[in-house]
Parts: sequence; structure tokens; C-alpha cells
Amino acid sequence: MGPRDKPEGDGFQVSRFNRVLKINNLHVSVGDKPILKGLSLDVPAGEVHAVMGPNGAGKSTLGYALSGRPGYEAAEGAVAWKGEDLLALEPAERAAKGVFLSFQYPIEIPGVPALTFVRTALNAQRRARGEEEVSAPNFLKLVKAASEKLRMDFDMLKRPLNVGFSGGEKKRMEILQMALLEPSLLILDETDSGLDIDALRIVADGVNAMRSPERAMLVITHYQRLLDYIKPDRVHVLVAGRIVASGGPELAHQLEADGYDQYLPAAA
Amino acid sequence: MVAVKETIDAVAALEKYEHGFTSDIDTEYAPRGLNADIVRFISEKKGEPEWMLEWRLAAFERWQAMEEPTWASVKYTPVDYQDLFYYAAPKKKEGPKSLDEVDPDLLAVYAKLGIPLKEQEVLAGVEGAPRYAVDAVFDSVSVVTTFKKELQKVGVIFMPISEALREHPELVRQYLGSVVPVSDNYFAALNSAVFSDGSFVYIPPGVRCPMELSTYFRINASQTGQFERTLIIADKGSYCSYLEGCTAPMRDENQLHAAVVELVALDDAEIKYSTVQNWYPGDAEGKGGIYNFVTKRADCRGDRSKVSWTQVETGSAVTWKYPSCLLKGEESSGEFYSIAITNGHQQADTGTKMVHLGKNSKSRIIAKAVSAGKSDSTYRGLVSVHPKATGVRNFTQCDSLLIGKECGSHTVPYIEARNGSAQLEHEATTTRLSDDQLFYAQQRGLSQEEAVALLVNGFVRDVLQELPMEFAVEAQKLVAISLEGSVG
Repeated sequence: MGPRDKPEGDGFQVSRFNRVLKINNLHVSVGDKPILKGLSLDVPAGEVHAVMGPNGAGKSTLGYALSGRPGYEAAEGAVAWKGEDLLALEPAERAAKGVFLSFQYPIEIPGVPALTFVRTALNAQRRARGEEEVSAPNFLKLVKAASEKLRMDFDMLKRPLNVGFSGGEKKRMEILQMALLEPSLLILDETDSGLDIDALRIVADGVNAMRSPERAMLVITHYQRLLDYIKPDRVHVLVAGRIVASGGPELAHQLEADGYDQYLPAAA
Repeated sequence: MVAVKETIDAVAALEKYEHGFTSDIDTEYAPRGLNADIVRFISEKKGEPEWMLEWRLAAFERWQAMEEPTWASVKYTPVDYQDLFYYAAPKKKEGPKSLDEVDPDLLAVYAKLGIPLKEQEVLAGVEGAPRYAVDAVFDSVSVVTTFKKELQKVGVIFMPISEALREHPELVRQYLGSVVPVSDNYFAALNSAVFSDGSFVYIPPGVRCPMELSTYFRINASQTGQFERTLIIADKGSYCSYLEGCTAPMRDENQLHAAVVELVALDDAEIKYSTVQNWYPGDAEGKGGIYNFVTKRADCRGDRSKVSWTQVETGSAVTWKYPSCLLKGEESSGEFYSIAITNGHQQADTGTKMVHLGKNSKSRIIAKAVSAGKSDSTYRGLVSVHPKATGVRNFTQCDSLLIGKECGSHTVPYIEARNGSAQLEHEATTTRLSDDQLFYAQQRGLSQEEAVALLVNGFVRDVLQELPMEFAVEAQKLVAISLEGSVG
């Protein structure tokens, strides 16, 4: 019985609790190396938070730890989304609960057409949630609509997923999957890398279209550039495995001007 | 009809056995062991003509003088040939009355293979199950029962080889052993001496066989070798597509399966031969399972003849199998598409031989090996070009996918080009199923097993596409089943 099933009595508390990504004192080591060292962060549904940081700060590790990549298990701390203890779940279970990680470097899957891959994923998630599978014709309709919005050539989706795709095509493919899987917790890892300005705009439009009061978004980025297109409600600075500063959108501009140097001694 | 009955009886016998019934009363056996009298016994049981008996006895003599080959990259406990039964015919007896009496595990396997319920009844030998429903399961039988008239109308002969020996002795005599000679190899000689049954197909000139022909093999009785013999002749300008499916029950002991398949394609004829082999591979510790020592060869003796082998090998403890093509005709062509999946302690040494004797003959080899667990897989292939064969072309591609760290995969390609005009291409890759790919698929919602199945199906896609539609679906599921528990 999850918190969602609790009686109406403490309704306000429950719904507030349900709608937040709560990361508390998260410690993650990769191999023997501690990467995240007590990271805490709250992202309420309906908001977009940016996590910015220099190389090696632990940005990608955060995305992997939240989505459950083997080798990125938490040594300490807690992560809850909609009241659900994410760390206790397998990656696929997290996905079914709405967790989506847009990869910095999307993976090539030889021999599996993109359409097949996404449909298999969508139906696996739906089965896990006890929902009916999407029929092939309905799925095609959904894909056609979504791919047009991202200005993707439909024929490309018949090719093996990401194989021979350009960097920009791969990123669009990630956003297409996101649009079709309709996750509630969106983690975008360096989505702007490898995109030219036109592609960036299209991808950002795709992400912005996903904004909703039910969804929380975590935008992980090194540069401020992406945040001109995906406007964050809050900006957090991640240095050496901890959040060292948080603020409004203006913090991103400040970082762009001053760099991360000022935070480095603080973290050391 | 004989095939229907045999299959039903066989499966019923198996069912009985699974329920712990160990006596032999329900099965008629030849005495244990092998000698000339056993060969005579088998021939007599089949009501064979005299020449066939002599043929068998000659084969038996040759076999006695031969030694079991050891060059394959497989290790197994030697077979005690005197400790086997060489003839086991399940007697007609009462089967289970309804599905409720059938071992639920067995039903689960059929369900997993996607065989619908009604056919399960037939497979399990439930009394009163509609016989026509067999059609849906065994296309071979469907042809015999439902389509026999239609096939006869166009002159196609499709029947058990034991029946063909009685009804069409001249055809059988002309072609039997003409592709795989009696003394070809140890197992072929053994098979020639003791084969019990198999399929016979003859497609007359110019006829395009109107439907898929298929046989579904199942090893039934315990401690019994299975030696089936298949002979397919495509006369001038004809075409047929033949499917072969194999499964076997789980037993602790190793069982021997030594089949011989001979294909003959005359001028402008085409044969497409597909196999989905899912013999019992043994348990997690490597105990039990089938020894699959099979000789399959096609003789493209006609000009512009074409033979295509497609195989999906997921079962057996040990596989030793090289479906080959003798490309004698000018512009004849041979194709070999193979998926070999090994898991647990399975060992597979498989590949093909393309022997180019005819001018402008061409061949194409696509072999995909997937190894998981502690299994070992070898691709062994020969492309040979005769001095007089000008304008030969071959393309070979061997890809290996490793899952986990304890399995092995080897590629042993032999190329013998004795004519300078030959164009031979060989490509080979070995990759490991990457953690990146697995995690990516899991992040999108696939369980680990679903992710492995999807990735492996992607890897073998080129070959799956060569299978007839209904087999492709079954094969896809088999891929998933055979790799269960292979990761993590």
C-alpha cells in the first residue's frame, strides 16, 4: 500500500509529499571513488530545476543513480519520487513509475528498429502498471504526431535505433521517446551537447511541451545556453558531489559570467 | 496419417514417461545394443524391400570399421553404442483423457512456444482431440491430412520415408545416399544402418509446392537414439519450402540424435530448408541433454539450382552440424543463414561447407552465434572453389555475441580457392552484450530479460528475416526462452 492509497484524512500532506522528488544526503561511489557526497535536493512537480556544475562534479552520476544504473548504487541516503522509495526499485520499475533519463550519449541498438524499441518499451511500462498495451496502429498514430513535432523523418524510425544517427538525431530520438513514454520525472543529461542552434530550439520546444503541473524536470547541464530555451524555476550548483548553492534563474547567468571557480574552495 | 499417429503416440508416450512410468510395456523396443540382427529387425519392422536391407547392412559394416570423429571443438561423455535402443515404437494406448491430466509443466512449455490450446491437446495426445487440429501445429501433417489431395493434384509426394520405400521405391533408391554417401562420416554411416523414419519429398518438374511442408520431431523414449532420415528432391524448375522443428523432453541422461538430411535440386529448382532446433540442452549443471550429431547436405546438381539453409539452433547439449551445399550446377547458388544460441553448459560446433564446382556458382553465409553462461560456440566453415569453377562468388559474415564472462566463441573459417577468378569475402566480428545497451533498454522500461531478448533479437535479425513468418515468431520467442537467466 503506497502513500497514494492512504485515506483522505491527511490528504494535503500526502499530496504535497507525493509531488516532490526528494533527494536526501545521497552518497554514491563509482568503483572505489566517492562521487556524490551527501547530495540533497527537492524538485516539486510542476517545476523545472537545473543542476549545473563543472566536469567531474557528479552530474551524470546523479542521473544514473536516480535511474538505477548498476554500479551507481547509493551507499547512503534516500531518494523518493511521489512517495515511492526509488532506490529500492529496479531500473525498469523506476521507468514504469515515470522516471526517464535522457542520455548524454544515447546508445546504439543494432538490429532493433527505433519503432520496435519504443513500442516494446512503452508496452513493457504499461504492462508493469497494469494498463492495456497500445496496439500497433494506435502506436503508429502517436509516433507520427510526435515525430512531426520534432521534425523527424518518419523513415528514420524504421532504422535500427540510433545506429548511424547524427548527434542531433540521437538527441531528438531521446525527446521523441520521452514524448511517447510520457514520464513524470524527467532527467535531461547534457541534452544540449552536440546540438546546433536550430536543433537545440526544436529539442527545447519538445521538452517545454512536456511541462505540466504533474511533472518534475531535472535539467543537468554544464552550460547556461540550454537554459535560455528551457527556463528553469530553480538553479542548483553541483560541485564535488554536493549542492553548494541554489537560486533562481539568475544564478545560471552569474555562473556563465563568473565560472565555477568561486565554488571550488567551498567544496574542498 | 502415419506421421500424425506417430507423433501423437510419441508425445503420449513421453507424457506417460514424465509421470514416472518406467516399464517398457507401452513401447515396443528392439533388444538393446547394435548388431546385424538389429539392423534386420528394423528393416523387417518397416516392411522394407530386400535391397534396402542390404543397403543398411553394408552401411553397418562400414560403420563398424570407422572411428568416431574427434576434431570438433566439443567435449562429451562418449556414447556407448551398445547400450542404446535402436528401435522404439510407442504402441497405441490410452492417452490422458483431458488437458487436466496432462503435466502442467509440459503445457507451460507449449504455451511459451505460442502453441495454442487445442493443438496442445493434440500434442499431449488427449483422446478425442480433433485430429484436424494437428494441422495447425505440424504443417507436415496438415499437408498429409488436409492438403493431401491438393498436393497430389500437382504431383507433390510428401510422406514418411518408410512409406515412400514401399510406395515409391524407385525414387528412393535412385536418390538415397546419393548426396551423403553411406561412408561419408561416422554418424552418417550409423544413421544409414539404423534410421527409423523421416520425411520424403518429391516435387515434380515445374511445380511450385503450394504450401510449406513441415515435420516436427520429438525424441520420445528413454535411452533411445533417434536417427531420422530426410530426403527431398526438387525436380527441374520446381520449388519447395520445408520446415523442421525439434523438441525433446528433459532427461538426466544424454540422448543421441544422429540424423541425415539429403536435398537434391535439379536444373532451376529451389529448396528452402528451415530448422528450429530446440532439443533439450541439459540442466543448469550440464547434466543430460541431446547430442545432436547431424549431417545435412544439399546437392545443387542442376544448373541455376538454389538451396538455402536457415537454422535456429537453441537446444541440445552438444551440437555437431554443418548443413552444406555442393554447388555442381552452373550458376547454382547456396545460402546458409544460422543462429546458434548456447547457454548453460551447451556446446555447439556448427557451420557450413560451400563447395563450388560449377561455373559462376555463388554462395552466401551469414552466421550469428550468441553464447551465454558457460557455453561454448564454434563456427566452422569451408568455402572451397574447384580449379574449373570460374566466376565463383562467396560472401561470408560471422558475428559472435558474448553474454557474460564465462562463455566462449570461436570462428574457424577455411577457404580453399583453386581458381583465381573467385571473389571471396569474409567478415567476422565478436562483441560482448554491452552494459550500456542493457541499461539503456532497462531505463526505458524493459526488464533485464526483456532487454537481453530484444538486444539479441536485434543481433540475429538478418537471419530471422530469412525464416518463414510462422517460424520467425516462434524462433523469436525461443531466443528469449533460451537466454533466460543468462545475465546477472
